[in-house]
Amino acid sequence: MEIRLSDIEKNKATYKDYRILRWLTSVDHKEIGIMYLWVALLFFVVGGIEALLMRTQLVMANNHFLSPDVYNQIFTMHGTTMIFFVMMPALFGFQVYMMPLMIGANDMAFPRMNAFSFWITLFGGLLLYFSFFAGGAPNAGWFNYAPLNESAYSSTSGIDYYCIGLLLAGIGSVSTGVNIIVTVLKYRAPGMSLKMLPLFVWMSFVNAFLIIGALPSLNAALSMLLLDRQLHAHFFNVASGGSALLWQHMFWLFGHPEVYIIILPAFGIYSEVFQVFSRKRIYGYSFVAGSTVAIALLSFGVWVHHMFATGLGNTVNAFFGASSMLIGVPTGIKIFNWLGTMYGGSIRFTVSMLFAIAFLIEFTIGGLTGIAFSIIPIDWQVTDTYYVVAHMHYVMVGGSLFGVLSGLFYWFQKLSGKQLDEKLGKIFFWLFVIGFNMTFFVQHILGIMGMPRRVYTYPDLPYFTLLNLCSTAGAFLMGGSLLLLFYNIYKTARKKELDRSDPWDGFTLEWLSTALPGQKNFEALPEIKSRRPYWDLKYPDKADWKNDDKERK
Amino acid sequence: MMLLVIGSETIFFLSLILGYVSFWKSGNYVSAVKAMLDFKSTAVLTFLLISSSFTFWMAEHNYKLGEQKKLKIWLLATIILGSVFIIGQGHEYYRLLQQNFKLSSGLFGTAFYTLTGFHGLHVIIGLVMLIILFILALSNFFEKRSTVLSTIGIYWHFVDIVWIAVFTIVYVIPYLS
Repeated sequence: MEIRLSDIEKNKATYKDYRILRWLTSVDHKEIGIMYLWVALLFFVVGGIEALLMRTQLVMANNHFLSPDVYNQIFTMHGTTMIFFVMMPALFGFQVYMMPLMIGANDMAFPRMNAFSFWITLFGGLLLYFSFFAGGAPNAGWFNYAPLNESAYSSTSGIDYYCIGLLLAGIGSVSTGVNIIVTVLKYRAPGMSLKMLPLFVWMSFVNAFLIIGALPSLNAALSMLLLDRQLHAHFFNVASGGSALLWQHMFWLFGHPEVYIIILPAFGIYSEVFQVFSRKRIYGYSFVAGSTVAIALLSFGVWVHHMFATGLGNTVNAFFGASSMLIGVPTGIKIFNWLGTMYGGSIRFTVSMLFAIAFLIEFTIGGLTGIAFSIIPIDWQVTDTYYVVAHMHYVMVGGSLFGVLSGLFYWFQKLSGKQLDEKLGKIFFWLFVIGFNMTFFVQHILGIMGMPRRVYTYPDLPYFTLLNLCSTAGAFLMGGSLLLLFYNIYKTARKKELDRSDPWDGFTLEWLSTALPGQKNFEALPEIKSRRPYWDLKYPDKADWKNDDKERK
Repeated sequence: MMLLVIGSETIFFLSLILGYVSFWKSGNYVSAVKAMLDFKSTAVLTFLLISSSFTFWMAEHNYKLGEQKKLKIWLLATIILGSVFIIGQGHEYYRLLQQNFKLSSGLFGTAFYTLTGFHGLHVIIGLVMLIILFILALSNFFEKRSTVLSTIGIYWHFVDIVWIAVFTIVYVIPYLS
């Protein structure tokens, strides 16, 4: 059977007219990347509203805006949504969009599997939210501890939806991980060795191994929990001999690598942003790359630090306390690499760069409070208090979300052909960062004063109302500043003419391609001789491979 | 790619085995295994599943030699051996259910059915893929060069290896002590 080229072109033209069908059936990595980002945005709005509901409930002592039961559902959904259906899809969005472009490939290795991963993640999220209509949302916290997750304690079907929703999303994540690894291994531009990968690609690559190593233990635990709830098995049912600790072990064996799964691609984004906006190469490429591998390996050996309060004994606690301190080292190395990159560079304070610099500060605070937890007596003192909430939001928001926002401002021109308004962006940045610190910094103090997390209200103790009021005000400031971001995106999307490509004088191959979603990435590639192929192409006199790069390679 | 999927699957099964082993004492596995499970017939089934890895290897070998007919025969032999294994496992389940031994019957029931059940599910998925390969072979798909046979092969051997681990842990070790 002969297929004529003109027929294909004709089909393509009519197909483009069906705009919805085009998105639904797309296997183009750029279109899928954009859909990931939209899904992340959708769930971000939902999860954000949940956060504001919680903060409204906590605005003053003995408040009854939300009932305890609803409050349990809201905080569970907030955590689950933000981790599985905001941070993961947002980072996957950047990865499937940018990674092929940065290594000079025209698509992911398995485009159809890419689409499958996206849709199954979306449907996982929708199923999770369907629980609201099916009797009640899950209500045992995002890590869903046994035995609270058993039917005896949570009789609505919420946790069943939690299991199925996360299983589907988990399958999607594993297949994306496989896809990323094969793409990096097989589809790099000729001449680009693994040591020449842009750092964002390198970190995504290492991250993909974390994904396929960590998600299966969650999937197994979820399957076992589903058997418990639906077929009356006894895995986590303490009353009939099961083990609540088994759930904790299996969950955190996934859960701790998971927090690195959420931060590593963000580290990758920062590594690109610091270089371009300091107009310098990364300081100590091999240290950044190597410490990423160290983080990935160590992350599988620290899960018990979530369980210090469960009485596993001093030897176990001491071992995991030490390993948790150890994992701070490679992260600390990276902080110095980024500082070294900025040192002596000609820095441009764009919104993207501002978020990256703010990250350095906020993430260091979050990192230090994290190190504090590995000192076991401190952990015992503050576990399950707002100190933990503060720590976690400093690394998740100040680390991962700032990374996504930094990446959004950095790459928006690539995503849409148009550039976000920098002036509005800067106002947004300052409001958001101030709101963020107002919300979460005071929670450190509340935690040390003994305010427990996940309790729907609190008594009127000295300073409790004041500090909580400050926290709630900060949360609404963040919410308001996000409206500014949405307006910025809306305004930019409405702009008629496209902005010029390569607005930041970028280093890596994604800026070489002018392709927009749905178009082919590269017709031809330059010869790849260094880690900054596009820089070499633009400034042949100053090309890296001609200069001092030889001994460093 | 299949290797990465297998890597992920390995950790999935390791988690399930962890779930099985962690109730070893509290679930009184040793006495339960000796009382409930049929060691001999399962040993025969294990032998059959291991042979199916060998027949698949023979199929792949003949594919490389270009022997289309032998390829089909060995492929069919693999499917039959795999099916016999699943039927045998189904028979064991049926016998246990007749004795009112269910997933909800105590820790051992929970752990036993979950671990062997997930393995059985993987065998069934493998069989579906093998049947597709067989249909492809019948329509002379393998006259061309293709990597699909070796890719599915990795999966099939993996399912086999998992069973060896499961068989050792569930059936053999209780008899050692």
